[in-house]
Amino acid sequence: MSTLSRTADLELARRVAAEVTDPEMPMLTLADLGVLRDVTQDGETLTVTITPTYSGCPAMATMRDDLVHRLADHGFDRVDVRVSLTPAWSTDWISEEGRRALREHGISAPGPAPCHDGPVPLSLLPTRRELTCPRCGSADVRLTSEFGATACKAMYRCSSCLEPFDHVKEI
Amino acid sequence: MSDHDSVYDGLLGDSEGWAFGTSFEDPLAGVDTTIPAGVDEHALATYCLMLGDDALIYSHRLSQWTSNAPDLEDDIALANIALDLLGQARLLLARAAAADPAVVPTLPDGSPVPPEDTLAFFRDEAGFRNVRLVEPDNGDFAVTIARLLVFSTYRLALLQRLRVSNDPVLAAIATKGVKEVTYHRDYAGRWFLTLARGTEESRRRLLAGLALVWPSYDELFRTHPVETAAADQGFGVDPSGLADEVGVVLEQVLSTSGVERPDVAPTGAVNGQMGRGGRHTEAMGRLLAEMQVVARAHPMGLW
Repeated sequence: MSTLSRTADLELARRVAAEVTDPEMPMLTLADLGVLRDVTQDGETLTVTITPTYSGCPAMATMRDDLVHRLADHGFDRVDVRVSLTPAWSTDWISEEGRRALREHGISAPGPAPCHDGPVPLSLLPTRRELTCPRCGSADVRLTSEFGATACKAMYRCSSCLEPFDHVKEI
Repeated sequence: MSDHDSVYDGLLGDSEGWAFGTSFEDPLAGVDTTIPAGVDEHALATYCLMLGDDALIYSHRLSQWTSNAPDLEDDIALANIALDLLGQARLLLARAAAADPAVVPTLPDGSPVPPEDTLAFFRDEAGFRNVRLVEPDNGDFAVTIARLLVFSTYRLALLQRLRVSNDPVLAAIATKGVKEVTYHRDYAGRWFLTLARGTEESRRRLLAGLALVWPSYDELFRTHPVETAAADQGFGVDPSGLADEVGVVLEQVLSTSGVERPDVAPTGAVNGQMGRGGRHTEAMGRLLAEMQVVARAHPMGLW
């Protein structure tokens, strides 16, 4: 294989990997979620590096299998999916496009992630976030739980339109 | 998305052998598990078992709330906390097995059970290194909140220090864990305050819960020789150095709640050993029986 076509191959592999979607939030691609860290090529083998959102994220195996299948559809037979733990995933890695897609699907996008370099302060009051309801746009929203349907979401309720909605919580 | 209509669609591997799970065979796949210079591999593995077993056993306990919590939000919250801890446990047990394969029990030839699962499901009680705080039955919601507050405050203090471990794997697990346990501690602290300031009944139950949990507090800061070695070699934390920090945070919650530290005697050692040394409470055997029975019935099962 010539150097030129190999470069073209890697470009294609990167595009294909970037378009694989998250199994629990399928409006987001792995690239938009910030979970896809790297795609490299060594000879005939592609190495795709992903990082878990939370330590116990049960979607990792599905992500791996989806990556392997989708790349196989495009002729990449040798694909090695690797997990990278560091740097730890942050919601700051969700792209602008990803945030737009979340809102379009009724999920509130995260604000800036807290910095945890020093001692972590205890917070006995409900987290204050400047949110608007992704359905009606009202800022009159109430936190119902810091934990939601997936590890990465909190649950809110809009006091104007009365609809509940998910918020991707900042980590 | 049609790709995700069924959880079974798209799974790789032998569908005949695949019986119990969809997870990565090795949660550390692709992570450099080289042991840093000057680190004793057996001490590192044992230390990872200690922190991994805390998370595993407590995760199992908390998961028993699933479908039983007072309301849907707290059902989901406790399940999420259990899931985060299970994730930390998987990484830590996998790290233990990678550091020193001798800590992993031997299974029949050809068994496909990965090392992290072998450690979780095929060790006997005395092989577990968790603190005894995480073993007892959940009790009511107030007992659970009291225990979760103490555990998450302790674990957050520990993980914060572990972020600078000279073992890059432990440092990475800790950095990720700090983000998760911060939410756990806030959840427990807020509920503690709510129950303390709620009704006479909620306060009575909370005080009873705290008194029940408190005898296990002292043990958290008793240093096992493996923890001394871990601190000396730069990969772990001497827990005796965490007591002040944990005490300050708990005092913040207790004083805001108008609750005094219970005046109860700590649970002592048995033949000189506590949880870190493999000596456990009566509840531990029953917990392990429930947690391990299916895996032990199928030592050749693919999990």
